[in-house]
Amino acid sequence: MAETPPPTTPTRVTYDYVTRTIARTLSTPSRGYFLLLGAAVALLAIGIVTLLYLLRYGLGLAGYSHPVYWAVFITCFVFWVGIAHSGTLISAILFLFRSGWRTAVYRTAEAMTVFAVMTAGLFPLIHIGRQWYFYWLIPYPNERGLWPNFKSPLIWDEFAIGTYFTVSTVFLIMGLIPDIAAVRDLATGWRKKLYALTSIGWTGSNEQWRHYSRGYLYLAALATPLVLSVHSVVSWDFAMALVPGWHATIFAPYFVAGAIYSGCGMVITLLTPIRTLFGLEEIITVKHFENLAKLCLLTGSIVGYAYVCEYFMAWYSGNPTERAAFWYRAFGPYWWASWTMIICNGFLPLLLWVKKIRTNITALFVISIFVNIGMWFERYVIIVVSLAGEPFTKWANAVYNPTWADWGIMAGSFGWFFMWFLLFVKNFPAVSISEVKEVLPPPRSKPSKVHV
Amino acid sequence: MMALPKPLHDLFRPPPTPGVLAVFSHLDTTLAAIKRLRAAGHTDFTVYSPIPRHEIEDALGQPVSPVRAFTLVGGIAGCAIGAWITLWMSADWPIVVGGKPVGSIPPYVVIMFEMTILFGALSTILGILFNSLFAARRLGTILYDPRFTNDRFGIFVPAGSDKVAKVESLLREAGAEEVRRG
Repeated sequence: MAETPPPTTPTRVTYDYVTRTIARTLSTPSRGYFLLLGAAVALLAIGIVTLLYLLRYGLGLAGYSHPVYWAVFITCFVFWVGIAHSGTLISAILFLFRSGWRTAVYRTAEAMTVFAVMTAGLFPLIHIGRQWYFYWLIPYPNERGLWPNFKSPLIWDEFAIGTYFTVSTVFLIMGLIPDIAAVRDLATGWRKKLYALTSIGWTGSNEQWRHYSRGYLYLAALATPLVLSVHSVVSWDFAMALVPGWHATIFAPYFVAGAIYSGCGMVITLLTPIRTLFGLEEIITVKHFENLAKLCLLTGSIVGYAYVCEYFMAWYSGNPTERAAFWYRAFGPYWWASWTMIICNGFLPLLLWVKKIRTNITALFVISIFVNIGMWFERYVIIVVSLAGEPFTKWANAVYNPTWADWGIMAGSFGWFFMWFLLFVKNFPAVSISEVKEVLPPPRSKPSKVHV
Repeated sequence: MMALPKPLHDLFRPPPTPGVLAVFSHLDTTLAAIKRLRAAGHTDFTVYSPIPRHEIEDALGQPVSPVRAFTLVGGIAGCAIGAWITLWMSADWPIVVGGKPVGSIPPYVVIMFEMTILFGALSTILGILFNSLFAARRLGTILYDPRFTNDRFGIFVPAGSDKVAKVESLLREAGAEEVRRG
């Protein structure tokens, strides 16, 4: 595992300091925590009430109108799947690259991944309208002898999201086991019982570490192609169709870059309050934020390039339908959505070239919120605006507008996500204890020249 | 501790192993102790550490974990299952979609890929669990100290009453800060 300590690691950060600082995050919650949790649950309640209305009166309450039958629900689905991506990038891909700085932030990112996929998974269910038939998606032997159509990208998507959820969950749990054991050995009362049960007998013996480290390496090696494949498959839900604005080969890399961009934004959004509330300033340093900002800059630039490429190809292809679709996107009735997306994702990340902004956590927090807004609008533009602007259905002449039901479900999804996330950070170590120790110099009786 | 039914008790709570537990506060003294123990002919001792360190692995000279075989077999099985469900289900309900052959490989590669990852990951987890469980079964119930997950290293050496004194002095000489019998 990573050998070199990051240059910013202060010397008073020892093994014991790390264990105690991170274990302290699990102490009795403050009033502020309950306020945040209460807000999340209130948002979730809005979502649940909206869902009950949708069940009672049908999907007509949402703003669907011909030809826009994939709208805010699918936009939110792609948005949340995208958020999920940077977690596995930080935990698996940077693990394979031996990036020492990932250790302090990867647990938060990974928990974010699992909860974001849980949130994303709700939207196709809400979108199908009759949730009690969701099992039709699963290949199971039935009395009609029917099987799903494996040539459809929607079935690929189901397999990709299902695999991603399962693998990222086991990856999160795997990483947690040694840390739960560490807090078990400090805890008292009911928490001691909970952690004794959930650490499944971890003692840190050489046999356990031998199998664990090997297994973790292989899990990371499997998760790396998985994270790249999942958003590619999500993009094929669109790219495999013939709608102008969707039918492009650039979609897979474009979506993956966008996903990681939005995910890094969300990690910054979540880490900023956690770091201050839990007093983790010495473990999650400005260096970590700067590295996340650099990832944002890289992926944001790829997204910006993809925008330019899309417009260029629409013009260069000479295809009048494609040209019309992109003209409609930039100057049609949804110009405000397109320009929000272009400014937030194409121009905003360019600010991160400036080191002063990259190392200013308040500035990063503000930028990260705009990154998330921009990436939500990107999906809205791709899905809704492409469908609304389909030239061969223009005669339908319907205007699409999201309704309160769309916004209610979307608010509920944020509540659902933040509720799980807040419950997680208060009950399990939100920063990896064993992996933060790995990048520290180990305790020695005399200084060593050979190792750090 | 929670009482377990008899078959589970035999599996998860093996009888205690007599031996010596040493607590070390430094990595280098732990490594020195491992080297001395190996030189003295001990092979079945357990080293506790709060983090995995390559130095400990190298000093112990253990073979590579067999977990990798679980990953490989799981991955290959997943790929085969992915190929089987797509091709067999297409043949079981043959329907032409988009003018493509009933069993067309390119779209099915996506399913095969996802199933490779899914089964590979799950069997890796099983591999870790089984191998750790087998190791725990072999060693029996051995002494442990809660400081080992925080900032201390530890070595447990199984030893009968005839050897205990010798092992104790060896561990102390290597630099253990605390030695106790169990």
